[in-house]
Amino acid sequence: MSINMAEFHQVFFEESHEHLENMEQLLIAINLQSPDPEELNTIFRAAHSIKGGSGIFGFTALSSVTHVMENLLDKVRKGTFELSSGIIDLLLKTVDTLSHILSLYREEEPIDWQQVEFAKNQLVAALNGDPFLSASPEVIPVTSTKTEITQTSVVVSDVSHQNDIGFGFFEDDVELTLAIENQDFGFFDEAFTAKEISVEDINKTLLDSQLVTNTEPDDDLGFGFFESLTPESVDSEIDALVHIQANKAIAVIEPLTKPINSPSAPKIPRYTGNTAESTKVAPADPVDPAPVLNKSVASGAKSTPTAATKKVNTSTQDATLRVETSKIDTLVNLAGELVITQSMLTLIGNEISGELGERLKTALVELERNTREMQEAVMSVRMLPVSFVFNRFHRLVRDLSDQLGKNVNLVIEGGNTEIDKGMIEKLVDPLTHLVRNSLDHGIEKPEVRRLLGKAEIAELSLRASQRGGNIVIAVHDDGAGLHREKIIQKARENNMSVTDNMPDKQIWQLIFAAGFSTAQEITDVSGRGVGMDVVRRNIEALGGRIDIDSVAGQGATFEIQLPLTLAIVDGMSVSVGNQIYILPLVHIIESIQPHTEQLKYLVQERLIRVREEYLPLLNLHQLMEITPFAKCPEEGIVVLLESNNKRFGLCVDALVGQQQVVIKSLEKHYRRIPGVSGATIMGDGSVALILDVESLAQQIKN
Amino acid sequence: MDSRASLAPKPEFSAHDEVEFLSFVLGEEHYALDIMSVKEIRGYEPVTKIANAPSFIKGVLNLRGDIVPIVDLRMKFNVGTVTYDEFTIVIMLNVCDRIVGIVVDAVSDVIKLSSEAILPAPEFGAAFDSRYLKGLATVDEKMVILVNIQALISSDDLGLMETNSLSEQE
Repeated sequence: MSINMAEFHQVFFEESHEHLENMEQLLIAINLQSPDPEELNTIFRAAHSIKGGSGIFGFTALSSVTHVMENLLDKVRKGTFELSSGIIDLLLKTVDTLSHILSLYREEEPIDWQQVEFAKNQLVAALNGDPFLSASPEVIPVTSTKTEITQTSVVVSDVSHQNDIGFGFFEDDVELTLAIENQDFGFFDEAFTAKEISVEDINKTLLDSQLVTNTEPDDDLGFGFFESLTPESVDSEIDALVHIQANKAIAVIEPLTKPINSPSAPKIPRYTGNTAESTKVAPADPVDPAPVLNKSVASGAKSTPTAATKKVNTSTQDATLRVETSKIDTLVNLAGELVITQSMLTLIGNEISGELGERLKTALVELERNTREMQEAVMSVRMLPVSFVFNRFHRLVRDLSDQLGKNVNLVIEGGNTEIDKGMIEKLVDPLTHLVRNSLDHGIEKPEVRRLLGKAEIAELSLRASQRGGNIVIAVHDDGAGLHREKIIQKARENNMSVTDNMPDKQIWQLIFAAGFSTAQEITDVSGRGVGMDVVRRNIEALGGRIDIDSVAGQGATFEIQLPLTLAIVDGMSVSVGNQIYILPLVHIIESIQPHTEQLKYLVQERLIRVREEYLPLLNLHQLMEITPFAKCPEEGIVVLLESNNKRFGLCVDALVGQQQVVIKSLEKHYRRIPGVSGATIMGDGSVALILDVESLAQQIKN
Repeated sequence: MDSRASLAPKPEFSAHDEVEFLSFVLGEEHYALDIMSVKEIRGYEPVTKIANAPSFIKGVLNLRGDIVPIVDLRMKFNVGTVTYDEFTIVIMLNVCDRIVGIVVDAVSDVIKLSSEAILPAPEFGAAFDSRYLKGLATVDEKMVILVNIQALISSDDLGLMETNSLSEQE
């Protein structure tokens, strides 16, 4: 079975990128003395999510690094490991490494394992309390500059946010940092003098100083190294950087240098002071970091060429834009309002005659088309293929069937069917319940299947399709089906009202009652009877419904019907008395003007005979408690409707017209009304109720 | 309570802890409700009838894109004569994040009341159940019944909101 992994990779990359950015921001902002536990948790979760995702997709380089990172973060979170600026810097560097690895995976470049090992080793070393990491700073008491310190950090991070490209440049190219770092260390060893700075700080400061280029360090605070690292050498390093990077990168550096130059120049020393001040680490233990770092040089050198090519590709990742859902919702609502206004205009336009009227009508036709297209475009923003939900079941089915000793083949159909994003998220839980249920209760063990003469490998299918204004999602298994007798028996035990001759459909609905389970034993998969009622509640919360079809010995189908979106419905407006109702077009088969001889009466029910078929007849005026104009069906129109394989006729006074209507919620300010799925605003500003054909169909006695 | 609260003059700024009420007439009685829950006042317009709803729920109407239910308090509490003409008033309320319109006979005034001026509500005498009353006040020699509009609108009595018991029975 083939799954299109590429789309999931894309999502994973985007999410991970977001997680990394988030982590970075939190790490930068974290308060070393008393870190906010919630922030630590967020960082931990971000690392955990990346680890989980990369594990699933087999991105071992990512998962192995995040695993160690997670260990460290977990200890920090539990308070058994103390944060220091050194650790923060290490974590930040790890974030950089991760985002580099991430981009390598994204570009399908070979992974730099040395870099991975290096990152891991550093983290492990930190975890073991290796002095190298805590080799940061003899604390320099810089208290007077405290306020400026905070400002500085703000400035620095601001720059990074504002100029994303520049930021990416420094973040992604870890190997450059590492290369620099090495020079740093060479120097550091010699000049590890009175005013120490943490290894990491130098590294950071050096980065800054490269931006600043020719600035003379006017403050001597701990900047012994500046003496040997003259402006010239900084310049030459920048040159080197520029050479390494593609032309693009130069363009990035140049604009960045200017704005940063003046503000950050005098602040560098203070920035160092910041870390120094806030560190509460043991005195420097000048362990030679060279052995560890040499690795990084090698890796840095190796991966530089890829860095250049990668940079060019990164621009494509901006092809998608993450937008707050609330903004999209506003757009959707406004588009809906626009449709209403447009239909109001059309109504007015029809009343204007003459040449002007003609011109107006032409323009209105144009407007109508544009409005519709705009609305469709806005709607499509929220739509995602349902395969986002479906494809995660491959894993679940595999694991669960192994666990249960069953042989199951998962078939997925219609994964391209698009559905509202909000629904996708809410569909996961109910579908998981249903799939687990089918696997645990529905599908028999291979031995049993063999005895029954069924194929040993059972089939579980997830199907999605669009049926008119609805999305239909079906979970089907070819297992034992629901056990009618057992359900009835159980229902009696639970004091539910059941009779032996209840139709199957009604019996099946019983399993949605809370606490209902016919499972012989409770497993950790299912059987507690909490699943199905939750499933139904979740589905109903989405404005959908769930139906069961089951044939003993042949399997069961759980069919979920969901509305497409908050959207629009193609409707037929019908009138009864002086009210207008909307019938969704999808349910309408045809409309007829009945003759007396077509109408038949059963004991209590009225039937209409259409082409050799007797269909039950409902009166809309009775259902809606209105006085109709048409005294009998012959005077009005019968609309033949179909829902859930049930056909019936609905008596109305007249057909008014066909139009697209925007569904407005009645529940927002009022409550649900039986037989009505929502309301809409007509061209004249009045409210018309949209009929729920399926709940009307349920009013018909079987 | 909502964003509008910041726009209107804040009652707590006034000297003697005064709160503003909107007084209205139902039949012969004068009532008042907290002005902060009033969204707007408008004339009665034809509504779209809702099936299977109690008669005092007149129906729904379109308030600038929102579908809003309209309740006739005169019918709910059997006061006054129920007529709909150009003088019939609908007070649009903003209560519990919902918009609800109530039909009353007339809107009279905005009154300021300090907390000392509000007397405890009697157990009887008003058409309203005492659960929905805040108290009594005397304004210009007339008795004004202060309505706890939030409690009234969200009550099961009006059935404007879905309660758990109702959604279960489906």
